[in-house]
Amino acid sequence: MAHSQSDEPTRRDFLYVATAAVGSLGAAATLIPLIDQMNPSADVLALASIEIDLAPIQLGQSVVFTWRSHPLFVRRRTPEEIAEAKAVKVEDLLDPVARNASLPDNAPATDENRTKPREGAAKPEWLVTVGVCTHLGCTPEASTARSRQGDYGGWLCHCHGSQYDLAGRVRVGPAPRNLDVPTFTYLSDTRIRVG
Amino acid sequence: MHGPTYVPKYGFTRWLDSRLPLLRFTQEHIASYPTPRNLNIWYTFGGILSFCLTVQIVTGIVLAMHYTPDSRLAFDSVEHIMRDVNAGWLLRYLHSNGASMFFLAVYIHMFRGLYYGSHKAPREMIWILGVVLYVLMMATAFLGYTLPWGQMSFWGATVITNFFSAFDSLIPGLGTSIVTWLWGGFGVDNATLHRFFSLHYLLPFAIAGVVVLHIWALHVPGNNNPLGIDVKGPQDTVPFHPYYTVKDLFYLSCFMILYAYLVFFSPNLLGHPINYAPANPIQTPEDIVPEWYFLPFYAILRSIPSKLIGVLALFVSLITLLFVSWLDTSRVRSARFRPVYKQFFWILVADVIILGYVGSQPVDASLFNTPIPLVWLGRIGTLYYFLHFWVITPLVGLIETPKPLPDSIAKPVLAVTPAE
Repeated sequence: MAHSQSDEPTRRDFLYVATAAVGSLGAAATLIPLIDQMNPSADVLALASIEIDLAPIQLGQSVVFTWRSHPLFVRRRTPEEIAEAKAVKVEDLLDPVARNASLPDNAPATDENRTKPREGAAKPEWLVTVGVCTHLGCTPEASTARSRQGDYGGWLCHCHGSQYDLAGRVRVGPAPRNLDVPTFTYLSDTRIRVG
Repeated sequence: MHGPTYVPKYGFTRWLDSRLPLLRFTQEHIASYPTPRNLNIWYTFGGILSFCLTVQIVTGIVLAMHYTPDSRLAFDSVEHIMRDVNAGWLLRYLHSNGASMFFLAVYIHMFRGLYYGSHKAPREMIWILGVVLYVLMMATAFLGYTLPWGQMSFWGATVITNFFSAFDSLIPGLGTSIVTWLWGGFGVDNATLHRFFSLHYLLPFAIAGVVVLHIWALHVPGNNNPLGIDVKGPQDTVPFHPYYTVKDLFYLSCFMILYAYLVFFSPNLLGHPINYAPANPIQTPEDIVPEWYFLPFYAILRSIPSKLIGVLALFVSLITLLFVSWLDTSRVRSARFRPVYKQFFWILVADVIILGYVGSQPVDASLFNTPIPLVWLGRIGTLYYFLHFWVITPLVGLIETPKPLPDSIAKPVLAVTPAE
């Protein structure tokens, strides 16, 4: 301080530091609502779950629904497709983790873990995944009986070339993760609730 | 470096000068501002860029009077501007093509700086503020492209905001939280459109503010020039007005001819037809392509198979520009006297154009129907971009023997015109 040559802090030094500290805390506190207002609002959060009727979906068909403003893939796999998906070794996968919201984070990406609902046993015929490419969020295109997309029979993302197999697992990058499997529950044999 | 001192002539101007020296400022920084006498066509793009910013702000404010930033109404309100609003089609085409002309001018302006060494001491701050302006322009253009809420608007916004989800590979959940925060939901939706409109309106004024700093920083050392040597005295300069006001206006007119051609004869040449289809969150277009001015950076992103590293490479390719002033080790500014640097400069220009071409093509395309995958061309181009700035530029400055520099700006000008 200009008025004092002593090393001992003065009362005025204390006041300066205290004022600056309280002032910056106050300024930081006002930032909280300004930043938090950009997070999802209550009405957006309320759109949490949907119910899907599986009966109209044909064998080998992949149908796109909308869930939490994202596409949701529901695929009814043929016995050959199930066999192909089950034959894949977890060690060969780019992402060896199941990415199933109903399972622990480290569950291996076996076909069973990819089709597992929140409760009860997996039904290998049904694959439910979020239809958002884990690279930059495009919607991958599903293989059909007429046109195979990519080399693994599942999905191909046209944006940047990522490929997914018949269990929605990433096989060719740049996508870093398997397609996410949301929590879902079988309400009956032909009805599920997602979310 | 200052021109003749301002002397107020009338009673009112004397009164004003002692209260708000506005006329003094205008006289010293515009009218009689001493400018190197040898500035060529490439130095007119600063003025052209001011014109572009003005056009974008004026047409943008007018368009905002008719546009609705609601996901259910946005697409229709743009069609309302195109079909119903008086001269609405003209204003919208001026604004959308104005963005392209703005970027065309800024790229010429930036390459001119690199060629004549305008980024080197003592002008580092001008260059850094210029890079800040360029990044602000990119942000503004991206936000604006979202507003018509067509398919490419929607999916472009989805892809670009998802850049931040790459941070999930560093700290699980971090990227997702950032992206959810940016969106205000679980995907690009109404909340996203509202905030993008708000920020698209704000950023041009931030740009205008940084432009003031950019010109302020320019007026401390004064203009660089094609010879890259310092001004030695009054014989090397001419007053900005009328010499460069007229020169700027002439080349601005040429620039406006091209602008008018695009607006009146080919207004959708640089756009994407798919953006005239309303946004559909469950159907991605066959090929998501950004506007032409982002293509080189898009190619850098796509050439790297890892998501995190691809996104980081894109950010680093921009951040690199901030360091160019110090990466260039040569004391000679202008490439006219740097035979080796000059060649690498043109290779860089070609590299950026090639990257732009790679970025415009589908990801699985091959080079002109040959079996060579285009992605490899993109990888070589990306590698070269970083090599140019981080390896070639510092090395060339150390090993190159520059040509002899002229004694002054006035001397070679007189030498080629003996009649004077």
